[in-house]
Amino acid sequence: MAQRNPGDTGSAGEPPGLAALPGSWDELVARPLVQFESVSKRFGNFVAVERLSLDIREREFFALLGPSGCGKTTLLRMLAGFEQPSEGRILLDGVDISDVPPHRRPVNMMFQSYALFPHLTVEGNVAFGLRQDGMPKPEIAARVREMLALVKLDGFGARRPHQLSGGQRQRVALARALAKRPRVLLLDEPMSALDRKLREDTRFELMELQDKLGLTFVIVTHDQEEAMTVADRIGVMNAGRLAQVATPSDIYEHPNSRWVADFIGDVNLFEGRVVSSGLGHTVIESEAGGRLLVTHPTDASAGTAVTVAVRPEKVRIDTSASRVSDENCFAGRVVEVGYLGGVSIYKVALDNGLRMKATVANRTRPVERPAGAGDRVWLSFPPEAGVVLLR
Amino acid sequence: MRSRSGIGGMSRFNVTSVALGLAFLYLPIAILVIYSFNASRLVTVWGGWSTRWYVALLHDQAMLEAAWTSLRIAALSATAASVLGTLAAVALVRAGRFRGRTMFSGMVYAPLVMPEVITGLSLLLLFVALDAARGFWTVTIAHTTVTLSFVTVVVQSRLLSFDRSLEEAAMDLGCPPLKTFLTVTLPLIFPAVAAGWMLAFTLSFDDLVIATFSTGPGATTLPMRIYSEVRLGVKPEINAICTIMIAMVAVGVVAASLLAKRGELAKARAA
Amino acid sequence: MTHAGTPPRRDKSRRDWGRRLVILIPAVWLAVFFLVPCLIVLKISLSQTAIAQPPYVPVLDLAAGWPGLRDFIAGLSLDSYKLIGSDWLYLTSYLRSLSIAALSTFILLLIGYPLAYGIARAPRRLQPFLVMAVFLPFLTAFLIRIYAWINILQREGLLNDMLIALGIVGEPLVWLATDTAVIVGIVYSYLPFMVLPLYASLEKMDESLIEAAADLGAPQWKAFWLITVPLSASGIFAGALLCFIPIAGEFVIPDLLGGSDALMIGQTLWTEFFQNKDWPVASAVAIALLIVLLAPILIYQHVQMRALGDR
Repeated sequence: MAQRNPGDTGSAGEPPGLAALPGSWDELVARPLVQFESVSKRFGNFVAVERLSLDIREREFFALLGPSGCGKTTLLRMLAGFEQPSEGRILLDGVDISDVPPHRRPVNMMFQSYALFPHLTVEGNVAFGLRQDGMPKPEIAARVREMLALVKLDGFGARRPHQLSGGQRQRVALARALAKRPRVLLLDEPMSALDRKLREDTRFELMELQDKLGLTFVIVTHDQEEAMTVADRIGVMNAGRLAQVATPSDIYEHPNSRWVADFIGDVNLFEGRVVSSGLGHTVIESEAGGRLLVTHPTDASAGTAVTVAVRPEKVRIDTSASRVSDENCFAGRVVEVGYLGGVSIYKVALDNGLRMKATVANRTRPVERPAGAGDRVWLSFPPEAGVVLLR
Repeated sequence: MRSRSGIGGMSRFNVTSVALGLAFLYLPIAILVIYSFNASRLVTVWGGWSTRWYVALLHDQAMLEAAWTSLRIAALSATAASVLGTLAAVALVRAGRFRGRTMFSGMVYAPLVMPEVITGLSLLLLFVALDAARGFWTVTIAHTTVTLSFVTVVVQSRLLSFDRSLEEAAMDLGCPPLKTFLTVTLPLIFPAVAAGWMLAFTLSFDDLVIATFSTGPGATTLPMRIYSEVRLGVKPEINAICTIMIAMVAVGVVAASLLAKRGELAKARAA
Repeated sequence: MTHAGTPPRRDKSRRDWGRRLVILIPAVWLAVFFLVPCLIVLKISLSQTAIAQPPYVPVLDLAAGWPGLRDFIAGLSLDSYKLIGSDWLYLTSYLRSLSIAALSTFILLLIGYPLAYGIARAPRRLQPFLVMAVFLPFLTAFLIRIYAWINILQREGLLNDMLIALGIVGEPLVWLATDTAVIVGIVYSYLPFMVLPLYASLEKMDESLIEAAADLGAPQWKAFWLITVPLSASGIFAGALLCFIPIAGEFVIPDLLGGSDALMIGQTLWTEFFQNKDWPVASAVAIALLIVLLAPILIYQHVQMRALGDR
């Protein structure tokens, strides 16, 4: 097993290009634990996963994120062994496991429905996998106790699943999947059945657990907030393909396509053409009118059609024209203000016909809001805020 | 896209077991149907295609009479059993706790498994004790008693899966309980009541033991008639009458499923 | 659910009456035509045969008042039970019934379980048709289905023809009038009753449970044994009892397919009643059978009530 520096598990701050460089430090130290090699899966005519390649590293918390039907669950189920790839190979520790049946894979899954055996007690459920391995009884008992303590369910061993709350059931499912110390723990929408508050607490518990046990976790979710919180890296999936694989901050700040920018969080998109591009700045002529200046590097030559993405919280809102400049500035009228507590969202109809969103943090208790529906405002953003997207 | 391993296709083992099971169920019936068209009097010797046994059947006055008696008894007892069985189901699901509930449910479920000879004997002894003239009506009452439990089970499972808020909505809108039952509950559980009726009809039309015990002179049912013929040995006419009964069942099932389909279509159109 | 605004007294009492009627009508019917008859059987089983109309004594004469009742009770006897207890004919036919019922139920489980399992794992849209296909033969008369087997099993029947044609046997074998024929007929007739409850319990089962078992290291057969079988236990119970109890009292199938030398208890009862006209002994046979079957019947009721969400 490749040893890694514990401080490196986060690895969230890596610049996007570096990990991909051949022979980088990261790759030398950690051979990928799981490798999908151009894997496809078809159900009849439906292509669920299409020639997908992906590496998941040892001790990584990896999230597969995407809209429903994008193939993320199929990918997870292929890793567990419930589905066979139509093409391609799946390697675990460098060994092809495509033909290994699920019960022989050192991989355990936490099911979306939890799939707790209703006729067995909590103990019976947690011990089930250990019994299959023929572990001696005293060891099983000890491991079960350890696992129940780990998920804070000591004393619940004799209960049956139907005597537990939703949150407790979820933790039994987790303990059961962890009991065999799998090489990879698979989590299929593990928190979809929990209410919001419990879901937030559970995220941090999961991260803590992963850190403590030093295991590799692969989570499937459609909840981007969940993926951003828990994961070291996220694979964003769309229509059977990986749209982007990167750290949460990279995916948010440096999306590699229009689709990813639009899927993750809120975004303002401007269509336009490159006027000039140099080191550290790109000038774009917006289709709707107006010039955009961004520092994001691009190798697009003049005349190329591009999209500029700007997150709403990076947009500044002014009620007077005092700071108006030629670039990155648009006049408009407020259509709607959504008060969310911590922040307010302004929807603005620009004079050039576009719609734009701006998020403003409510730093003080607003005695009066800076602008209300119908007010004339000027929106602007700094050159560092925009991202140029070619796709 | 989630795929349950059953959706893509059944495993070979599952296909085989279903195929073998259905073959076991249908092969004897198929053989019977084929041999009903056998020209030969000897059941096992194939003498070419013929409908002579059907013609012979048409002239068997006793058999036709028995069939007519059975039909009337089955229709009457199935109707009575549907009413009583539905009431019993409503009582079990909707009436909450009441005194003697365990006794009540015991009386409802016991006839489901009670050996026919015991039920038949006990009913006969009752009719004797009451000094009732045995015949058409005693058989009808006996069949009603035995089949109402089956109706209850069918209706009960429908009532249990029934969305109670529909009734609550009706009452909330000012509909009194009885009217709610008649205008909301009954139409919604009607398919189950109809299924129960069919089941009761079949059970009654089929029954030999209880009818033999509870009948008197003058009311011979079709199974009693067939039984006495069969006891005398295999006869091709029996093959013929069996085929007719099978055809009737097949037509009934096809008609029922077509009706159900039309109902679904109408529902889909309305939605 | 009482409406908050309109709970006038009259409405409530009327509803109460409605509720009472819903219970009372079927309860009275079942009491008169199911419970009372059972008590009458019990009473007659304690009477003695007589050449009279009705053919037993004592006859309860309510008009005679207390002395009549006393005479009646004094006239009761356990003779019929002593007879069944002492004559091997009855004991062997009880044992035969129970062993044939047990064996048939076991075979039914062996055939019915894979069939029900296969249907429950078939594509969803196919399942209603397959269930219907299992149920359909039940709608064609029971006698017909037994009769069909006479055609097949008789000495010059199709089974022997086939076996001889295939060269498996040289001489026609005797199938009809054997226990084999009886069991074949029973299994054939009762198969739907075994398959339907099994299917109902298997169909409800969440398939991810099997996947979870596989995921935790259980091979297919073990997952089946540790998860599927225990979770379908209610279906196994219901199916087995739904078959075992009526089979133990079966009359028609052994009468038509079985031999005349060894009888099942249903046949014995039938003979006592219709041929020997011994009503007290027939009643005693019925009561004894009921006592033997009481435990399974009570278990069945328990299972049935639980399955239907009853407390």
